[in-house]
Amino acid sequence: MTMQNDAWVVSLVGIGLVALLFIYVIAQAGKTAPDPTTVQKGAYALRRPFFWALIVLGIGVTYATLRTFPIPKQQGPLYPAQIVQVVAHQWSWQISPGSIQAGVPIEFDVTSADVNHGFAIFDAHDRLLTQTQAMPGYTNRLIYTFARPGNYRVLCLEYCGVAHYGMMDELHVVAHKGDR
Amino acid sequence: MSALYPQTEALSPRERAVLNLYAISALAVFLLLMLFGLTMRAAQGRWINISPEVFYQLMTAHGAGMVGTVGLASSTVMWFFLRKYVQLNTAMFVANYVLFLLGAALILAAVFIGGFGGAWTFLYPLPVHTMGIWSINSAAVFMLGYLVIGVGFLLFYLDAMLAMMRAYGNLGRALGLQWLFGGTIDKSHPTTVVASTMVIIVNTLGILGGAVVLVMCLVNAYAPRFALDALLVKNLIYFFGHVFVNCSIYMAVIGVYELLPRYSGRPWGVSRPFLWAWAASTVMVLIVYPHHLMMDYVMPHWMLVTGQIISYTSGLPVFLVTAYGALTNVYRSGMRWRMPAMLIVLSMFGWAAGIVPAIVDGTITVNEVMHNTMWVPGHFHFYLLLGVLPMVLAFMYHVAGASSRSLETAGDRLSLAVYLIAGLAFVGMFLAGGRASEPRRYAVHFAEWLPYDRAASIAAALVIAAMLLFAIRISGALLKAGSGEKGSSGEVPAHRPG
Repeated sequence: MTMQNDAWVVSLVGIGLVALLFIYVIAQAGKTAPDPTTVQKGAYALRRPFFWALIVLGIGVTYATLRTFPIPKQQGPLYPAQIVQVVAHQWSWQISPGSIQAGVPIEFDVTSADVNHGFAIFDAHDRLLTQTQAMPGYTNRLIYTFARPGNYRVLCLEYCGVAHYGMMDELHVVAHKGDR
Repeated sequence: MSALYPQTEALSPRERAVLNLYAISALAVFLLLMLFGLTMRAAQGRWINISPEVFYQLMTAHGAGMVGTVGLASSTVMWFFLRKYVQLNTAMFVANYVLFLLGAALILAAVFIGGFGGAWTFLYPLPVHTMGIWSINSAAVFMLGYLVIGVGFLLFYLDAMLAMMRAYGNLGRALGLQWLFGGTIDKSHPTTVVASTMVIIVNTLGILGGAVVLVMCLVNAYAPRFALDALLVKNLIYFFGHVFVNCSIYMAVIGVYELLPRYSGRPWGVSRPFLWAWAASTVMVLIVYPHHLMMDYVMPHWMLVTGQIISYTSGLPVFLVTAYGALTNVYRSGMRWRMPAMLIVLSMFGWAAGIVPAIVDGTITVNEVMHNTMWVPGHFHFYLLLGVLPMVLAFMYHVAGASSRSLETAGDRLSLAVYLIAGLAFVGMFLAGGRASEPRRYAVHFAEWLPYDRAASIAAALVIAAMLLFAIRISGALLKAGSGEKGSSGEVPAHRPG
């Protein structure tokens, strides 16, 4: 399972549950309850446990997703195996070095020479692996470990003008020196 | 059972003219902008051929136009119901319309004459870093257009703010803060007043934030030595943009609170959870915007954490107060299933379901692989196309229905079914594209993304066909009502000159 699939499944389940609730209520809406007050009291009594269930769910998801903070610290050394400098231009990437090691943490120092861009790394199947913004005047530090050697595509994910869609490059990921 | 058309909502001839101007203009612009959207999807699907320059002009006009027009349409809902409770100055609402037209003309000129294609988000420094595609003047005219529209909305809000303070003493009392922690709630305190107060507070701040950044960008355009901080500008733009779009939803939802009880026959008044929901939303809408900046790693990380947590908590009022309250109102009510009632229930579904993928994307780890993919237009089209627009259409059908029972034909209902099914397919293709890592805002797509684009194009065409019928039917009925036709519903035809 990828994160994209997780998000897809969770969203479909959530949308589906909302839809089922609506379908049930719509099916019942034509009937007339003898005492509307009882209906409303019953529904609002159910709301309280529903509220607390969502709160507990939210706290659980927040803890699970932020326990290890997904974004690296932006000041001080990160001690990666390799640092890659990335400078975005309208409409090209300047990436050095172009050859990157697999299996070890790589730090990408990402900035822009002109407008906002989005530095995004895609695998051989064009699946988005990770990204950060490339901003003029700032350097975003991204840490990523490539699982396998190979060619990875870099696309721009922040609209940057008329050739935004064509702003592509490649990363050549090679086996880690210690693995050869 | 409550009257569908109470006398308190009677429109004077002048007010009816204003309402017709707003409603018919909004419908016409929605249709035009939907056609722009269809053109973009068909071009991405390689069914038609347009240049990237034209694609990005259409994208800019579609984004800016939709944001503004949703605001225009939903402000009609707020104005119509709020004037029952406080004394609004119609001239201010007219001024808003005039300034909107002027601003829209400037934006359209900047885009289609000046060639501006910097997107509705106009992220600095793209508008002035033109690469020769458009001129600095075009960018400036575009931003000036925004500024003019913002001034119009501010006039409307300031007038409403004054009226609210005259009627309730201060905005806190209008919002119902005095009943948050205890006391006997005045059940007759209008839900419309609570929601409108929230919008007035929040959107005034949002628009002021937008005005600040627009002026900064305009100064920079002609005096580049006043260089701007790209991150600060981005913060201000997303603060303004997020607040403005959300307030459009909150203005439109007033129609749900007002109209649903008339079709269900059950009251829907203020309660302590309701007041808490609106008070909490007032704060949350102002502080949640960093969820747009999760991939800006240099942002203070506490702000990004706030963005994630508030994204989650923002869903609570929607799910548990408005959507749940609507369902409770409808459940076994002996509902009168007329077009407005059906559109309202659709809108509640679209809003509640649409924020699910939005909340999922508000998680930093998910955002890392979904940000600026098609997932994003997927979730915002979900709650705008299937949430806010049906709210607005429900209001228009209701008002237009005062003079024309013929608005309840099988054709209207069939159009609604087409709108729902095609709308779901349309947003579904965005979400599926996001799952497949399809980037947003690409004029040219890889071959593997074409099936999503083509399916979305077909769905979009069907949505537009349904919308065209809605627009014709509503506009015709509104104009007929304006010509003085008598109401035929058997209830008080209050929307005639009163």
